[in-house]
Amino acid sequence: MSDKVKVTIDGITVEVEPGTSILNAARQIGGDIVPPAMCYYSKLEGSGGKCRTCLVKVSKGSEKDPRPMPKLVASCRTGVMDGMEVQNITSPEVIEARKGVVEMLLINHPLDCPVCDQAGECHLQDLSYEHGVADTRYEFDRRTFERIDIGDKIQLHMTRCILCYRCVYVADQITDNRVHGILGRGDASEISTYIEKAIDNDFSGNVIDVCPVGALTDKTFRFKNRVWFTKPVDAHRDCPKCKGKVTLWYKGEEVLRVTGRKDQFGEVEDFICNTCRFDTKNTSDWVIEGPRHISHTSVISSNHYEMTPLPVIKDNPILIEANKIEFDRATKV
Amino acid sequence: MNFWERLYFPAIFQGMGITFRHMFKKKETIFYPEVEREFSENWRGMHSLKRDEQGRERCTACGLCALSCPAEAITMIAGERQKGEEELYREEKYAAVYEINMLRCIFCGLCEEACPKEAIYLDGPIVPADYLRKDFIYGKDKLVEEPLKA
Repeated sequence: MSDKVKVTIDGITVEVEPGTSILNAARQIGGDIVPPAMCYYSKLEGSGGKCRTCLVKVSKGSEKDPRPMPKLVASCRTGVMDGMEVQNITSPEVIEARKGVVEMLLINHPLDCPVCDQAGECHLQDLSYEHGVADTRYEFDRRTFERIDIGDKIQLHMTRCILCYRCVYVADQITDNRVHGILGRGDASEISTYIEKAIDNDFSGNVIDVCPVGALTDKTFRFKNRVWFTKPVDAHRDCPKCKGKVTLWYKGEEVLRVTGRKDQFGEVEDFICNTCRFDTKNTSDWVIEGPRHISHTSVISSNHYEMTPLPVIKDNPILIEANKIEFDRATKV
Repeated sequence: MNFWERLYFPAIFQGMGITFRHMFKKKETIFYPEVEREFSENWRGMHSLKRDEQGRERCTACGLCALSCPAEAITMIAGERQKGEEELYREEKYAAVYEINMLRCIFCGLCEEACPKEAIYLDGPIVPADYLRKDFIYGKDKLVEEPLKA
């Protein structure tokens, strides 16, 4: 007998290493049955267990002990057992609970998506679109904070934060010196850097990428453009500090921002350094690999085509000849 | 045909009769632009960018109108509101440049529907004719509503 364990998620059986979480087992299957995750980040040790969006129902504990688990469990924090049976989208209870979680996460969220730079690639937007209800029952004032500059490149909008702690783990594990964390407790907790001390570190920019909402955004990209009007292009460069594999977001000829390459679960493949992210924004700094594939369900894919563009009038001799009169008139003007 | 029919008189008189009768009827022609026909309630004309009750511009340059536009007629550049401009713009971001190419626009009204801030409405008149293509690109000077009178 192999030492792999069998787990069934929504009727699909998969064999995984013992010790794998239910969420990661579901990710190995892929598709619709993967529970959404706001706080869990596979590259950050210890993340997960905070947002409760990945709740699933365990209808059979294991082969040895087939009793179901009494409550819904967070799939990112629950390990698989041999013969376990899990229900995600097939369980109405889970769907209902997830609606509640979304409402809870949105209680203090300002819903300023028209202003927010994360709109279009925001996990909370996707999550509430898929699982949320249209209105809230919350009648009180939402918590408000002044926006804070963390260094000159990172902008913190604490009002938008859902306290997933991902950025804290980045600061703990990716950068050398942790200088920011969560202050206060419960409703009063907020991310801060103690006396707004600047994060001064080569990898601090990654907190922007890991943030599932628009709480931590790139200040150099602030209000420059909406993400769905920019064109993502994969590129790389020789970087002494990181692997240098990034996505460039173009508008016309100009690189508006640089981010890590995000996979289908919204997690970056490699963390990139601040030089790559903030300081090298010329096409000449990069070796272009080609347009980045964007899932057709994303708003970013609208009006983007992964093909060579058709010849426009100015390059096509036949069309130039045909439009001669129109061109003449234009030059006269 | 008999003799009278061959003279074509009955047909001529019948035709002229119809013509003269119409001379005394009410004229259907309207002398646009001096006179304008009444538009239907759901008429969609020129766009206008609205102000709120305090006279501040409602548009935050979120780009949803441009995204929804099937003719790709709308472009915008966002600006950040500075201190002291709170009376001018409603939110911390505003449209510094907002352009609609009226030659591209098909007046479908999707921008109006997409707007989360109730900032754009197609409630204006017919877009006037012009000679040059560049004059059909309407900027904020033509689109934004008149400021409130104190």
